[in-house]
Amino acid sequence: MSSLSVAPTGDRRGWLVAPAVVVLLALFIYPFFYGVFISTQPLEGGGLWANYAHFFSTPTQWGTLWVTLKLAVPATVINVGISIPVAFALRRNSRAQRIATTLLVIPITLGTVLVADGMLTFYGPVGWFPQFLHGLHLYTGEVRLTHNFWGVLISLVISGFPFAFLLTLSYISGIDPTLARAAGTLGAGPWNQFRLIYLPLLVPGLSMAAALSFVQAFAVFPSAILLGAPAGPTRVISIAAYEAAFEQYDYGMASAIAIVMGFVQLLIVCAIFAFRRAFYSGPATSGKG
Amino acid sequence: MNHSFQQLRLDAVGRKFDTTSGSAVAALSGLSLDIKRGEFIALLGPSGCGKSTALNCLAGLTSLTEGSIWLDDTRIDVLPPEQRGFGMVFQNYALFPHMSVRDNVGFGLRMRGVRKDEIAKRVQSALSLVQLEGHENKLPGQLSGGQQQRVAIARAIVIEPPVILMDEPLSNLDAKLRIEMRAEIRRIHRQLERATIYVTHDQDEALSMADRIVVMRTGTVQQIGAPREVYGRPRNLHVARFMGYRNVLEFRLVRHAGEDVTVERQQIQLNGTAIGDLTGAQNVAVAMRPDDFEIAPAGAANAIDATIKTLEFGGRDSLLYVTTDIGDLYVRLPGAFSPGDRIRLHIPTDRVLAYAEAV
Repeated sequence: MSSLSVAPTGDRRGWLVAPAVVVLLALFIYPFFYGVFISTQPLEGGGLWANYAHFFSTPTQWGTLWVTLKLAVPATVINVGISIPVAFALRRNSRAQRIATTLLVIPITLGTVLVADGMLTFYGPVGWFPQFLHGLHLYTGEVRLTHNFWGVLISLVISGFPFAFLLTLSYISGIDPTLARAAGTLGAGPWNQFRLIYLPLLVPGLSMAAALSFVQAFAVFPSAILLGAPAGPTRVISIAAYEAAFEQYDYGMASAIAIVMGFVQLLIVCAIFAFRRAFYSGPATSGKG
Repeated sequence: MNHSFQQLRLDAVGRKFDTTSGSAVAALSGLSLDIKRGEFIALLGPSGCGKSTALNCLAGLTSLTEGSIWLDDTRIDVLPPEQRGFGMVFQNYALFPHMSVRDNVGFGLRMRGVRKDEIAKRVQSALSLVQLEGHENKLPGQLSGGQQQRVAIARAIVIEPPVILMDEPLSNLDAKLRIEMRAEIRRIHRQLERATIYVTHDQDEALSMADRIVVMRTGTVQQIGAPREVYGRPRNLHVARFMGYRNVLEFRLVRHAGEDVTVERQQIQLNGTAIGDLTGAQNVAVAMRPDDFEIAPAGAANAIDATIKTLEFGGRDSLLYVTTDIGDLYVRLPGAFSPGDRIRLHIPTDRVLAYAEAV
């Protein structure tokens, strides 16, 4: 009977999670609800939803959603799309894999501003890249890859691709290579091995990589200003929020824009995960080996 | 590929791998073997002996560095795996986790462009051959180890390959299922009448299933023969040890006439059988299997007095560790014994094997 009087130890140690809960509340939950709250307190009055109504009725405001999507969606597709063949080619642990991984981690460590600065020097109208094209007579027209849509997109690829690649690589190297060998003995050539074995098993990982890449790209801010045309073609939603907060000092409006931004991200991420549910998402190894 | 082949021929097949230090190590060398249609061949050896390399070379998953492989008059070692059309059962089964049992089994047929209704028919008959009807729509993760194993076999045989390759397919199963599946695989082999090449490190498995056994060690073939032959007359000491000859002792060669030999150790003489040429040998290695001893009938020759040191009870019989004048021996005997018992052992002449090798 004595053993029955001892309570399960797990019950009493629940308080150990308290510090983490406090940090979460202080740093995430409270600011979020505070943001929701002040977004419903418009400066000029007009009811709870006035800031949202204003955002969606002003073309220069809701237009930023469209501008941001036009950058974030292609950036996500490019980053994840390129990471598949590159990670596939480097899926075996090798010297090439280590070198590529090291090279690709560098842009992550540099930060957006330094990358933007480098890009201005390299891709600017008199930068190395246009001079290279002109010098070799590959292209004679004006090369405009900065201070416009392309500048921001290239920057999003440079800073976003390493993330997508590293994620995809970890997923692809988790797929048991014996599966492809088995497919080979059953008559599948390299393309069918990729299409029918690797790709379906990668879908869960790729959706995760796409969701993270998208969220990262949708929140683009410094490069949209430094490499884009922040007054027009690359006036992304975070610029609109920044202007509301720090140029018009309308924190309520800025919060409303930030919440719209978060909501759109949530919507897209949910759509990606709904797509993922249509696929197998169990372990990518076989049997009990 | 050609199903009505008569012979699969391995001609001095070898495979070297580069090591990190830059030198090449032979994982397999000089494997020559003719396999006839309908034959069941076991490649037997400890891990690292080259048996899996040999199988991968056959499947086309590893390229050869020496030799060639022929299916009748077609040289196949130059073809990629998808063009050889051999069925392979992997050690971890390698079932596609995202495909149903039906799609797993039908995969090879789909790759061959077989019509859908034809695929459905052949998948069904393959599943009934491995007695797995009713599980068509399950994913591999929903099956037990034994069922997954059957799916792997069905997937390999449904393409009607000339040769079926199996890489330790039973090693992940529990003991009881392993014994059942041995018989199952034999039955399927007989029914299909194709060649099966079966890799294992388990001599019982090889002995009970194969028509011929290829015993391998460090990349080279040690012996090729029927189970009875490999078991009863291992060609060298290595094969003998691997086939369960646990007692190997050095004896002085006293008399030697043809196969009949007399050997002596510590004033005890045994009559035995020479394996290979003993000419010129002064000392020989004598190998005796624990199972071949019996309690000596009165007045029997080839008898040794022994005292039991320890014993392992094994049900029908016990494994005794005994001390004798010639040294300590392992002996397996039926009956009840206890440590300290004194017994007199006998071993038949043809079960005392003498090799001109160092112990």
